[in-house]
Amino acid sequence: MGNGRRMERRRAVAADRVARYEQMVEIRAFEDRVQGLFAEGRVHGTTHTAQGQEAVAVGIAAAARPTDLVTCTYRGHGIGLALGMTPEVILGEIMGREIGCVGGIAGSMHLCDRELGLLPTFAIIGAGIPVAAGAALTAQVRGTDDVAIGVFGDGAANIGAFHEGLNLAAIWKLPVVFICENNQYGEYSRIDLTTPIEDLADRAASYGIPGIIVDGQDPDQTVEAVSAALDVARSGGGPTLLEMKTYRYAGHSRADKAEYRPEGEFERWYERDPINTFRARLESEGLLAAGDAEAIDGRVAARLEAALKAVEESPPATVDAMFGNIYAPV
Amino acid sequence: MVRMRMNQAVAAALGDEMREDPDVVVFGEDVAVAGGPFKTSDGLLEEFGPSRVRDTPISEMGFLGMAVGAAASGLRPVAEIMFIEFLGVALDMVVTEAGKFHFLSRGAFTCPMTVRASIGAGLGFGCQHSQTMENWMSHAPGLKMVMLSGPQSAYGLLRAAIRDPNPVVVLEPRALYGGRGQVTTGADGIIPLGEARRVREGDDVTVVSAGAMVKVALAAAEASDDWSAEVIDLQTLIPWDRDGVVSAVRRTGRLVIVEESPYTSGWGTEIAAYVGARLFGELRAPVLRITCPDVPVPFGRELEQRYMPNPGYVTDQIDQLLATGRVPDPWWVGEGRSS
Ligand SMILES: Cc1ncc(C[n+]2csc(CCOP(=O)(O)OP(=O)(O)O)c2C)c(N)n1
Ligand SMILES: [Mg+2]
Repeated sequence: MGNGRRMERRRAVAADRVARYEQMVEIRAFEDRVQGLFAEGRVHGTTHTAQGQEAVAVGIAAAARPTDLVTCTYRGHGIGLALGMTPEVILGEIMGREIGCVGGIAGSMHLCDRELGLLPTFAIIGAGIPVAAGAALTAQVRGTDDVAIGVFGDGAANIGAFHEGLNLAAIWKLPVVFICENNQYGEYSRIDLTTPIEDLADRAASYGIPGIIVDGQDPDQTVEAVSAALDVARSGGGPTLLEMKTYRYAGHSRADKAEYRPEGEFERWYERDPINTFRARLESEGLLAAGDAEAIDGRVAARLEAALKAVEESPPATVDAMFGNIYAPV
Repeated sequence: MVRMRMNQAVAAALGDEMREDPDVVVFGEDVAVAGGPFKTSDGLLEEFGPSRVRDTPISEMGFLGMAVGAAASGLRPVAEIMFIEFLGVALDMVVTEAGKFHFLSRGAFTCPMTVRASIGAGLGFGCQHSQTMENWMSHAPGLKMVMLSGPQSAYGLLRAAIRDPNPVVVLEPRALYGGRGQVTTGADGIIPLGEARRVREGDDVTVVSAGAMVKVALAAAEASDDWSAEVIDLQTLIPWDRDGVVSAVRRTGRLVIVEESPYTSGWGTEIAAYVGARLFGELRAPVLRITCPDVPVPFGRELEQRYMPNPGYVTDQIDQLLATGRVPDPWWVGEGRSS
């Protein structure tokens, strides 16, 4: 369903900076819309949005091939969209409809798209890290030049799976890129309350692999950093840990208003908003002419409106779906 | 008696134990400054300070291991696992370490630690945040385990768990946190471990339930005029009240078990096997287990409600049991689904 359109979306993000800009605008608008739908009581359960982290998502999608498997967290709408998933399959999953990428039986935390390289997203902290190393093991054993990408949060750097996964990947020189989205918070706790060092990239040294700090608010830098790390991995150079410094604009999940944030912190980060700064750069380079950004905003709004309509027209997930796919057929 | 929500009853139990025993400490993710993701430790940091109430990093194996070490060396730690699934990354510390310390030290060490974890479906959290997983712990002698069914049960069982000299896992149905009820606090409110509680009298059938299913079983029992059901809240899953349950079932002659978990290997399987064996020849009907199907918990309000036993379904199943003397098919088998 919609395979062509998904690959087209992915190709556009890979090929073109203006398309990356549009992708970031779409992610922001999508996440705002999702929050609105929850606030209006039109969606059940919980959700975790990623406003402010758009440049990380496009950086990964632009640099990776669809055959490079990605593991990602429950905060995955943005990365899913950037990888090429359409707004309707993600929104459909969030709203529990048949049109959803998993048929509506999984919900906001669990996105998946095999063709685009997205393994089922992980709702258990750190679980995706060794799993990415495992996907890299396949590439190594089979001798393909695919690379796996493990995306996780700053909070995940304190769980055993992070350390075990990095060590395993390092000793076997697996083709994997670990991407830590350091959005400064794990749930309601600021990173410095749970982690005694400033830069998580430093932890790479314990495993003898490169640890690189990246400005996660600049899509040109995220694309470049991920591309470089993928090249190293593809050519047999082993894993890299990229720490993307970014910021979670919203609360941790639906119910969280993020009142624990120090005053002025959001405003300071917003001065370097990834969408605003990229837009200014593209304008100064002449890639966005007067009116182009507004046209993009309009296109994105129309696309999301159409997606919401498609989702609302889709029936709720069925009991059949609940009983389907529990075991693979023998 | 004080009227409070179940999450407040948890916090009250923690507070009362901490006030009476300076060795009680509380830690977990976002339990201190934020007062707990489900507000089950609200106010503790303010009253007891940062030495005894601590926020941990996302390091379940680390902080449960610390609970083991702290318990063995003199403290009474209460560690919070936000969702039972997260215990999966730290199960060794509970099942294989804490549960064996006393045995492996010929009784020289005890491990008086409490692991609290929220469980269960009904809130739309999806299949990795809605399970109950009590059977992770039920096959590991050395551990005790209770399941909360409301504010009084929360207060009383948690206090008993903290006082117990053994590791105790406290399972807290998340969907019940917001429910209110009258709570007797203080020593009179403590509920001894190992005892089931009769929550409704009845003569035709004994319904044994636990956790969020107690309310469901009660509502199902209230709904029928054709038969009268005695409803029992098992309260402690390990070690469960064998004598209490057997004597209750001996009186009514029928046993129905209502569980919020998949059919295969639920806690009720053990009860059914034990009671069936003990009361062979005395039962007037086969033991009926009413459970969820063997599928991951679905997302989506309607599906999730369908997944769990609800009062109407429980009443209907018991109707059929009494009418036919046979165990009715569960709804999914009735629909021709194999799981
Ligand atoms: C093993 C485990 N422990 C705890 C949680 C609960 N939890 C969900 S998200 C989260 C915070 C994660 O923070 P971070 O890794 O920084 O990712 P972010 O949410 O900021 O994207 C926690 C503690 C979990 N899902 N899994
Ligand atoms: Mg974070």
